[in-house]
Amino acid sequence: MSSAISQAKDAPVRSSNSVWARIKAHGPATIMLWFLVICFAFPVFWLILSSFKGADELFAVPMSFFPRKWTTAGYAEAWSRIDFARYFGNTAVVAIITTVLTVMVSAMTGYALAKYDYWWTRLFFIGILLTTMLPTEVIMSPSFIVVRDIGLYNSLAGIIVPSIITATGIFMFRQYFLTVPDEMMQAARVDGCSEMQIFLRIMLPISKPCIVTLAIFSFQWRWNDYIWPLLILNDSKRFTLQVALRTLVGAEKIDWSVLLPASVISMIPLVLIFMFCQKYIVGSDVDAAFKG
Amino acid sequence: MAKTKGRPKEQHPNRLKRQIAAPLILIAPAIVLYLIFFIWPAAIGFFYSFTNYKGLSKYKIVGLSNYSALLADHDFWSSLLRTFEYIICSVPLNVCLSLLAAVLVTNRKAIGRTLARTLFFIPWLVSPIITGLIWRWMFGEGFGIVNQVIQGFGGHPLRWATDSNLAFVVLVLAGVWAGMAFNMLLFITALENVQQSLYEAASLDGANAWQRFVHITLPGIAPTTFMVVLLGTIGGIKEFAMVQSLNGGGPGTSNRLVVQYIYETGFSNSRIGYASAASMVLLVILVIVSLIQMWLNRRNGGR
Repeated sequence: MSSAISQAKDAPVRSSNSVWARIKAHGPATIMLWFLVICFAFPVFWLILSSFKGADELFAVPMSFFPRKWTTAGYAEAWSRIDFARYFGNTAVVAIITTVLTVMVSAMTGYALAKYDYWWTRLFFIGILLTTMLPTEVIMSPSFIVVRDIGLYNSLAGIIVPSIITATGIFMFRQYFLTVPDEMMQAARVDGCSEMQIFLRIMLPISKPCIVTLAIFSFQWRWNDYIWPLLILNDSKRFTLQVALRTLVGAEKIDWSVLLPASVISMIPLVLIFMFCQKYIVGSDVDAAFKG
Repeated sequence: MAKTKGRPKEQHPNRLKRQIAAPLILIAPAIVLYLIFFIWPAAIGFFYSFTNYKGLSKYKIVGLSNYSALLADHDFWSSLLRTFEYIICSVPLNVCLSLLAAVLVTNRKAIGRTLARTLFFIPWLVSPIITGLIWRWMFGEGFGIVNQVIQGFGGHPLRWATDSNLAFVVLVLAGVWAGMAFNMLLFITALENVQQSLYEAASLDGANAWQRFVHITLPGIAPTTFMVVLLGTIGGIKEFAMVQSLNGGGPGTSNRLVVQYIYETGFSNSRIGYASAASMVLLVILVIVSLIQMWLNRRNGGR
């Protein structure tokens, strides 16, 4: 195949031939790729198209693919009926604070697990390994009782504090710091740095790619979190976005003309973050995080 | 040889001598959080599983009766069975599709790979609640686009919401769709790490693309495939939010997965002691699953 491409490059004169060669070389893979892309992008595309249809058009038979009349009435209705400002605020507070704490704790723990080899660091690492195997969802009733007993029920702190440690985050930093040579620590010690200074002044700055990747992942997890906020929050004023949306979905008769635009609105913050930080997600070396 | 191998190990303890305070401070927050939010719940869950605790201060120890009731509880076993069916259907499909996407996205012959990679990532941005909603909207019996298309081709509309097996198909498709992007990312990294020289050598030996894929790519990415299967299994056991908004475990309770069962017994009916017993059974199953998978992985020479 590559010879076909080089031939095409070498002989631009025989253009019809080279175009054919190019199609033969690139066609099958390209068609398969884009067929799959269309399949995967379609559901969201369809959600967005539907959200711009009027309430009467949503259930019209025969169905039209594109809205016959584009309308933002559903968006206006959703915005006025759902207190988005409050839910966005609550969710943002939870997502941002948890993300900052998760990154800090994961960096500290991952560094300690990678660079200090004692029986108790190894024991804790095995404990963390077990946490990935045993999701906390499974023991949610006792976890709920613990959160209630330490007085965090119905508060945003009740969602933030239990979600700070994640096995993934700790793995990511551990794997990352394993690749940093120990000689760097040695040199810093010779120069009179204390252990904490080594961590704060040398190791944290060089782990920036890890910090950014985990921050994005953590933000996405917390923004889309459902089960903990559902269990812990009782007062609808403190609801996060996902719990608020769920109360709409759970209604006896779903009001699709409001729910579809509301779903699109709820996704906007994550889409914006994704647009700005794309290279850190799509280009990230996440494999390292899960090799344990 | 033996001598040179031994040397670095002898130096190792000296190098880290008397550095106890720093690692302790660094690790302390994680240990405290781990004890409070994992060990403590696991311990009191174990304790409550032997009681008739309902969230009130008064309760009594009932021995093994929760466990014996659980063994005879049809609802528990059917939710557990549905969860395993969900995992068995969705994990292989997810592995195939995300591997296919990763192969195509890393194939130099495909045009528009960078854009395709970004578009593949869209489902990752969608929360489980909205994933359920989107698929419910597409597969609505009277109003969904899927039934409209089926009718457009002259077929009969299918009962996607009221037939329990068809509803299960939608559940699997939605789960695969939601999990694909992240697994694709894992596979892309793995594919890029397979040695290119192996492919060149195989080409020289006359191996075709399929043979190269089966004999070089698949063994090369085996540890990642293992990881994807393991994460997919754990994710399947955790599945809750997406089902809640897709069909609430319906029709009836036919597609209720096990976390939803625990949620409903523990919170809607406040039978915390009984739900804790269910949790403990699930924990044991999870440990067995992960041990089997780790054993298989080790036998295949992965890490």
